[in-house]
Parts: sequence; structure tokens; C-alpha cells
Amino acid sequence: MRRVSSIAVAGIGIAALAFTTTACGGSSSDSKKDKGVAIAYDVGGRGDQSFNDAAYAGFVKAKKELGVKGDDIEPSEGESDADKVQRLTELAREGHNPVIAVGFVYAPAVKEVAKKYPKITFGLVDDDTVHMKNVVNMVFNEEQGSYLAGVAAALTTKSKTVGFVGGVENPLIKKFEAGYVQGVHDTDKSVKVKVQYLTQPPDYSGFKKPDSGKDTANGQLDGGADVIYQAAGDSGSGVIEAAATRGKWAIGVDSDQYTQKGLAKFKSKILASATKAVDEAVFNLVKSVKDGKPESGTVRYGLKTGGVGLADSNPAYQKMTKVVEAVETAKKKIISGEIKVKTTP
Amino acid sequence: MKNTDEAEPMNGDAKNGGSAGTTGDAPDKSGDGLNESGRTPTKSGSPADSPADSPAKSGSPAGSPADSPAKTSSAAGSAAKSGGSAGKRFSRDRLLLAVAGPVLALVVAVLLTSGVLLASGKSPFEPYQLMLEYAGNADIQVLIVNQASSYYLAALAVAIGFRMNLFNIGVDGQYRVAAMAAALVGANVDLPGPLSIALIVIVAMLVGAFWAGIAGILKTTRGVSEVVSTIMLNAIATSLIAYLILPEQFGVQPKGSNNLTTGDLPESSWFPGLHVSDVAGDIYGFVFVAIGCGVAYSLVLGRTRFGFDLRATGASESAAAASGVDAKRMVLTSMLISGAVAGLAGMPVLLGDSHTYSLNFQTGIGFTGITIALLGRNNAVGIAFGALLIAFLDKASQTLDYNGYEKEIATIMQGLIVISVVVSYETVRRYALRRQQRKVGEELAAAARTTTREEVPA
Repeated sequence: MRRVSSIAVAGIGIAALAFTTTACGGSSSDSKKDKGVAIAYDVGGRGDQSFNDAAYAGFVKAKKELGVKGDDIEPSEGESDADKVQRLTELAREGHNPVIAVGFVYAPAVKEVAKKYPKITFGLVDDDTVHMKNVVNMVFNEEQGSYLAGVAAALTTKSKTVGFVGGVENPLIKKFEAGYVQGVHDTDKSVKVKVQYLTQPPDYSGFKKPDSGKDTANGQLDGGADVIYQAAGDSGSGVIEAAATRGKWAIGVDSDQYTQKGLAKFKSKILASATKAVDEAVFNLVKSVKDGKPESGTVRYGLKTGGVGLADSNPAYQKMTKVVEAVETAKKKIISGEIKVKTTP
Repeated sequence: MKNTDEAEPMNGDAKNGGSAGTTGDAPDKSGDGLNESGRTPTKSGSPADSPADSPAKSGSPAGSPADSPAKTSSAAGSAAKSGGSAGKRFSRDRLLLAVAGPVLALVVAVLLTSGVLLASGKSPFEPYQLMLEYAGNADIQVLIVNQASSYYLAALAVAIGFRMNLFNIGVDGQYRVAAMAAALVGANVDLPGPLSIALIVIVAMLVGAFWAGIAGILKTTRGVSEVVSTIMLNAIATSLIAYLILPEQFGVQPKGSNNLTTGDLPESSWFPGLHVSDVAGDIYGFVFVAIGCGVAYSLVLGRTRFGFDLRATGASESAAAASGVDAKRMVLTSMLISGAVAGLAGMPVLLGDSHTYSLNFQTGIGFTGITIALLGRNNAVGIAFGALLIAFLDKASQTLDYNGYEKEIATIMQGLIVISVVVSYETVRRYALRRQQRKVGEELAAAARTTTREEVPA
């Protein structure tokens, strides 16, 4: 008897399961309103004071200057590609255009969803693998900006030791490391660079652990470093806090972190920031769509176009004329091609 | 735990497979896990069964008086008969009680979540409505079912450990190492489709079993708690994968990409899915494999010698050892099986969707599996519902972000479910125990009355 009943229960379960999926023929993809821009963030989300916030800044600028509307959505931790597909589909089907995916992790999802919505422009930040007519790959020469950060660090350090804190040890962040280390060594061979990463992929929590960034930075400061460059998303604020609290220099990343409200307390010790104009890229894409001439293909942002660079908002930095000059020279050499910056350490 | 007595029918002849009736019956009664409200035999089996059965359910003092009616052989027949009718009642009760636990937990979790919503000044009901509406869409349902298949396999892996009284927290690490190794082999081996799929699956199971086996061996040879060793192995798995996936080792960095992968599986080794519709997409073919695994799990644990040994060892290692089970071997074996099933957890996505292991392969499935195994009370059907529920919360909650709520509400709810599950199961268990003691008491009293009456005229 029990045998029968348990099989019956299993059968009902499976039937119910099959029923729910087939019975409701509708799908979540059937509405057509213009909802404006959509931004899907990477791990860390808004408020990371760097990468995602840069995208947000571009979004805000577009809202203000172009009068567009829009939504921005954060990811969940440890989600799968299917979840990203769902997010982008949801944004596209609600009638958003363009849909901008921030972060290379969205590449497979963009590839899939862009096929289903050929009339919508999809932006993909930090990845250059999805080549479709309605997809814009926005990539940056992070290593070039980081090279300039390295030059500045090498000329500012007194202890001949500088640090680098990466959020997650993936190829993207290694580009930052590669440029920085090369910049330091090209400027002064005797300067030692301490390189540390907070986590290894697939553990992306390194981008959102300010406390861990603080500990790591403190370790480097104990080891004699007096300038620390970080490419660690939200964790970077911990690095800046640690350095600033002990009166040492920190170098910001992605956004001009000197002007970030969340870091105002420490801004006097933010030497400079290796910027990555995600905001500009987002703005440009939104504008192109609004103007009816959407971008397509690969859009590369480098030193030449100002897509990456070294922000010098800190007056203390502007006073270091020697450093500023050296950075300017390096910048010219990179643009002219005299200096080739490596993308892998 | 509580059913040391269960090992009783094991000794002697049972080992030789002698009394198939006894062994067959015993696993049956605890067939649904923690809910060990033993069943009074409905088949007119040897009367000796009935006393052995009733104490098993509680291991309570009610056990010893239960022996007496059996000894009064003349009453045995009628006792068994009344036991038969009681059996039906018991099984209906038991089903009710089994359902009561999760339902109570859910209700409590929903109420608490509503409380949280109220406290933050939001509508305490609208989020549920939004989620249910959203889940009415076919594409979301496909998503839920697909996700549930991974959760289900992970939860089965955890449940196998739980049945054995082993807490395999390392399912997540086993799952990731296995998925990566399988993806790597799949991308580099050129075999005809079905063979290639079989190879990928076998590699995943072997690697998962290997990774769990390390913890198993540590436990059996050195007495290292599997809780500690599997947590550590999770961290080691992360580092090992991070190393192996470097382009200098086995990884591939597609041109223009910032991701690292293991290379793509050839199309012939993609597991065909069930096409629902163009919008909704495909249900992974592996969903059906997962269902098959659930059936196998039920059968092996509930209807085989091995399953019985496993549960007996889980209930009391010393009692199982006394009845001739090699407990250490059981620990190792169940760890290996748990790991092998954990290895399968990555297959639905690998073979059905991503076709490669990359830096953004889903993580945390093993931990979700623990929640689900608890929720489903280690029962194959219960786990299926648990997996669907958690997948529903995961997927349907995404809509909240678009409607002015935070999707983290679902995370809060999942946490509350775990807490309320533990509390409500214990509450229900105690209630069932009290009820049973009373019932057994009444039956015994009744039996005693009939016995005296029958004995007097004789």
C-alpha cells in the first residue's frame, strides 16, 4: 500500500510540475512601452564608489542632459547565467532601449538576449566577444591609466615600496596590475611593488569586502608601502581608508574618487585616480540611441580619447610638478605608441 | 538519533538476507526520514513484528510495555488485527503530520516576512502577489524548473549524508570541482555524442566522489569531523579551480573576453532539452535525470540492504556495528556517493546551458542544498518540493526590483524558512510523540482487557 502511495505522490508531483510549465502558455515577454534606459550592474552594485557607480554616473548624466528615463537593477550573489539572461530579457521586454550590461560576466547573457530583441541596442561593458549588429562592446585600455598611476606612485613613494590591491584575481584586474607594475618599474627600477588580491574567482566577494581591503592594505602598509593603488570595486574604499588613516597615499580607480562623496573624509590622501570612463561610455551609448543612430560593434576607450586617464583633482597632487610632468610625458608616449603597455603581468 | 531499536531486526538471519520480510518491513517504516512514527504492521506478519515496530517510533518508555501483548500468544492474532485497522489510521495521521511540519514552517516564515515588510513600512502582501503573478509566466517556470534540478541534486547529495548522520557541507566544493573537471574533459575529448555525455557525467561523479572521499578518508582513518574537513575542502576547491583555469594551465581566455573558461563543449555533447516554446526556452534534459536520481535515492535507501545499513549506521553507529555493519566502510561509502551526486549537480547547467565552466559558473548551490534537504526532510519527494520552492523564491523575487520592492525580501524569507523549519519539525515531532504514546497506551489497555476476558473463560 505504501509503495503505491509514494509512487502516486511522485507521479502527482511530476504531473503538477509538467502541468504548470505547459498549461500557462503566456510568457513574461509581452509588453511594449518605452521605458528608457536600463542598466544591469555587476557584482557590488551601486554604491561601490567605483566601477558600478561610474556606470550610474553616466546614467544620471544621461537622465539630466538628455531627459531620458530608465531603471537600474542589481544582481544577486552567486547567480547563474540563466539569471542574467532573465534580467536582461525582463529589461528588454519591458521596453527599455538601450539595455546596458555592466561587466564582462554578462557576455553570454547579452549574446542570448540580443538575438531575441534585434530592435533593441545592448551595451556590454568590458567585453569584446559579442559581435552582433545591435550589440555595442565597450572596452577600455585600463592598463594605460594604471601605467600612469604607476608612474605617479613610483615618484611619490619615499620608502621605495608601493602596493597594489586587486579585488578578484581575474584577467580584467590583472590588466590594472600589469599596467601599474610596468609604470612603476619603467619609472624607477628600485621600487618594490607588493601585489595582493582579495579573492580568487569564482568568489567575487573581493569586490565587495571593504574590511578585507582594509586588512590587506594595512598589511602592505606594515610592510613599508606608502602608496597603494587599488582596483577592487567596493573593497577599494577600505584600502583608501586604511592608507588615509595612517597618513599614506592611496590611488583611486575607475571614478575620480577624490570627488566621491562616500570617500570625502579621506580625499586629501587620494593622490589621484586611474579613471575608466564607464560613465562616458554609458552616456555616449544612450545619446546615440536617442539620436536614432545607435552605436554598434566595438567602441574602445583609451588614453587617446580620454576614455582612461589619471584624474588629478587633488590640489596636493597638482603641486607635485615633477610628478605631474612625468605623468604627462608618459601619457604622450603611450598615445604616440612609444610606450607599449602590457595587458598581462 | 532515536531509532536504535531499528537495528534489532537486523541481527542474525537478516544479515544473510534470511528474513526478507523483516528487513523489508523495517526500512519501510522509516521510509520518510525523521518522521519515524512507526507503522503497526498491516500485513499479518509474524506477531513479533508488531512490538518491534511500535517502540521503534519513539524509543520511548512505551517500548517496554509493548512487549507484553506479544508474549500472550493467544491474543496475538486479535492484537495484530486491531493493529491492522490502526495502521491505516496511523498512516493517514503520519501523512498529515509529515505535511504539517513544512506547512507550519512556511506559514510562520510568511508571517515573519510580512512582519519585516510591515516594519519597513511596505505592503505586507503585495510582494507575494507580485511573485506569484510573475511565476505564472512560462519562461519563468522553465527557469524555476531548470534551477530546481541543480538544487535538487545538491540537496540529494546533502540528504544522503544526513541519512548517515554525516553533515556534508562540502557539496558546493564537490560540485564546482566536478563541474570544472567534467567541462575540461568534455571540451578536450572527441567522442560521439552520447558517449561523450556519458564520459562527462562519469567524470563529474568520480571527481565529486573523490573530493568528498578525502573528507571520508580523513574521518575514517583520523577521526576528523567531516564538517570541518568539507568546509576546508570548499576553500581548497576555490583555489584549485582558480589555479587550473588559468590560461597557463588548462583555461582558455576567449579573444576579447575578460572571462576564463575551460573551452566549449562540442555541440554533440550538449544534453538535448525539452523545447517548451520559443519564448520560454528549453527545460534541461537533465531535469529528468535529476528526477531519476530522486527515484533511485528513494529505492536504494528505502528498499535495499545497503540503504538499511546506511540508515541504521546513521541512527546509531554502535548498534549498527553490533549487528555486523562495518560502520567505517559505510561512512566512506556514503561520503563517496554523496560526493558523486554533488558532482551531478553541475551537469544540468553545464550540459544544458553554459556548455563551459567559466568564472561566472553559479556558486553556492551546495549551501542551498542544505536548506532544501532540511526543508524536504531528506525525503525524495519532499526535497523536490523544497527545491521548487527555493527556486521559485530565487527567480520570482527578481520581479520585486521592478516594482518598488527589494528582491532581498526573498533572501530574508529563505532564512526564515530555515529557522522555522527546524522549530516546526521539532514541535510536530514532539506532538506526534505524545499522541503516539497515548495511542499505544490506549491500545495496550484495550488489548489487556480483551486478553483478560478471553483468558477467564479458558
